[in-house]
Amino acid sequence: MNVDETVLPGLGVRKDFVTASGRRIGVVEMREGETELFVSTWDDPDTCQASIPLTADEASCLGNLLGGQHLAMSLAEAHKDVPGIATRQFSITADSPFNNEPMGKAQIRTRSGVSIVAIMREGEVVPSPAPDVVLHMGDLLVAVGTQKGLDSAAAILRNG
Amino acid sequence: MDPLALTLIELGAVVFCLGLLARLAGRIGMSPIPFYLVGGLAFGAGGFVNLDGMHEFAHLSGEIGVILLLLMLGLEYTAAELVNGLRRSWQAGVLDLVLNFAPGAGIALLLGWGVVGAIVMGGVTYISSSGIAAKVITDLGRIGNRETPVVLAILVFEDLTMAIYLPILTAILAGVGFLGGLQTVGIALAVVTLVLVVALKHGHRVSQAVHSENSEVFLLNVLGAALLVAGIASAMQVSAAVGAFMLGIAISGATAHTATRILEPLRDLFAALFFVAFGLNTDPSGIPPVLGWALLLAVLTAATKMLTGIWAAKRAGIAVPGRFRAGAALIARGEFSIVIAGLAVTSGAVPADLAALATAYVLLMAITGPLAARFVEPVVKAFRKSSRKPTPAEPRTSVEA
Repeated sequence: MNVDETVLPGLGVRKDFVTASGRRIGVVEMREGETELFVSTWDDPDTCQASIPLTADEASCLGNLLGGQHLAMSLAEAHKDVPGIATRQFSITADSPFNNEPMGKAQIRTRSGVSIVAIMREGEVVPSPAPDVVLHMGDLLVAVGTQKGLDSAAAILRNG
Repeated sequence: MDPLALTLIELGAVVFCLGLLARLAGRIGMSPIPFYLVGGLAFGAGGFVNLDGMHEFAHLSGEIGVILLLLMLGLEYTAAELVNGLRRSWQAGVLDLVLNFAPGAGIALLLGWGVVGAIVMGGVTYISSSGIAAKVITDLGRIGNRETPVVLAILVFEDLTMAIYLPILTAILAGVGFLGGLQTVGIALAVVTLVLVVALKHGHRVSQAVHSENSEVFLLNVLGAALLVAGIASAMQVSAAVGAFMLGIAISGATAHTATRILEPLRDLFAALFFVAFGLNTDPSGIPPVLGWALLLAVLTAATKMLTGIWAAKRAGIAVPGRFRAGAALIARGEFSIVIAGLAVTSGAVPADLAALATAYVLLMAITGPLAARFVEPVVKAFRKSSRKPTPAEPRTSVEA
């Protein structure tokens, strides 16, 4: 992937690339710490169709969503020969009972038979997280299990 | 009435009115600068109310306002950004200087204001308002646009040019001869180069010297350093404002961000008082006779800025709509045009009409600049559509709501 970096004096740094469909998409990392997400219009790649200011939390959450999809797809690919096994992603919301708690407290594997194989956090992957990893708002848990198990894991993460 | 009480009442009333004006400007999404200028005109000599009590304070506050404006401008940039910008965009910068200095200088000569008046008015029409331009770019969601770096590079070049131009102007206004002028220019160039080199190599040390975790200590450090450097620069005839600008460039990194945050309210207050002080010194009855010239200058210099932007954006490989967007973003003139005119008027080396012309000109440009930036895109689009076949539909591969 060829990412262009352009310094915007007084504002920050723009990082963008052109997608296969011909759009320019990228972020401007503002000096004050916010991120501006933008995507160009299709008929004039110089201008932006949307330019969306994101806080640090929002930017890392979006990063998880984008990266998590890719991770989940490759996991699903790996499990496709095992019937009955599915992959799903769970995000930790602010009101989740396990926000700021170690993951082991939820006892997901014991109670639902589901394995948490990775956590996406601030655009980075934490593979095979140990039970003492503390969960935070915006974390994306990548889980593997049966459909039924995944449903009950979702309920555990939501309701405790 | 007790003179102190009178001064306090006048000052309070003026600042309160400025608050109302700034709120009005924010409500309709405009720069407050033209409103402050009109406020100053209304309060000053020949205006509706004549405020004599606060004259002295307004004058000193205005000077501090200029120092803070330039200090904060310097804080925006790091030395590396300036040097890189200069290297990449000096051609566009020179074209900008030639195209936009000429109309102001020409009209000053036509009006019989002599070489000094020409150099002042040239500066007034040359310098775009980086404050207004940056706000327009952010407000219109153009931060990610491809032409934005081109616009910013031109603004950077202009701001650096100010660092050379202001000392020259100060020397000329002080009436020093050719040799004295050369000496000042030499000092200015040496100081600018020295500061850039020091800032590139030892910027963190300058930052360390003023930095403090305690925001009160930090504020006093930065403000004290700025006034001190400005005063010394002024004593060396290099212009107080340039001293502050160079200090701002030398401070970098996290220290610069904190300084910006802490100084912002002070800058807003003193800069507002600066515009008022300028308006106070301008007789509003002088404006109608020069209004025609101001309009002519406005049209001319809007066109020359447009040309500058179009040329620079074309060189950077930007398509036609982007070229026009770049040109229009540069049209606004504001704070620095008034800084230049203010320097000239306080020195008394130029006719009073110049203040009136500069005021009328900046009023026009500060209002039309953001409007032009907003409406150039639909206008260009409509124009291109009517002269071309309809554009094909978007390729199916792309995802679109």
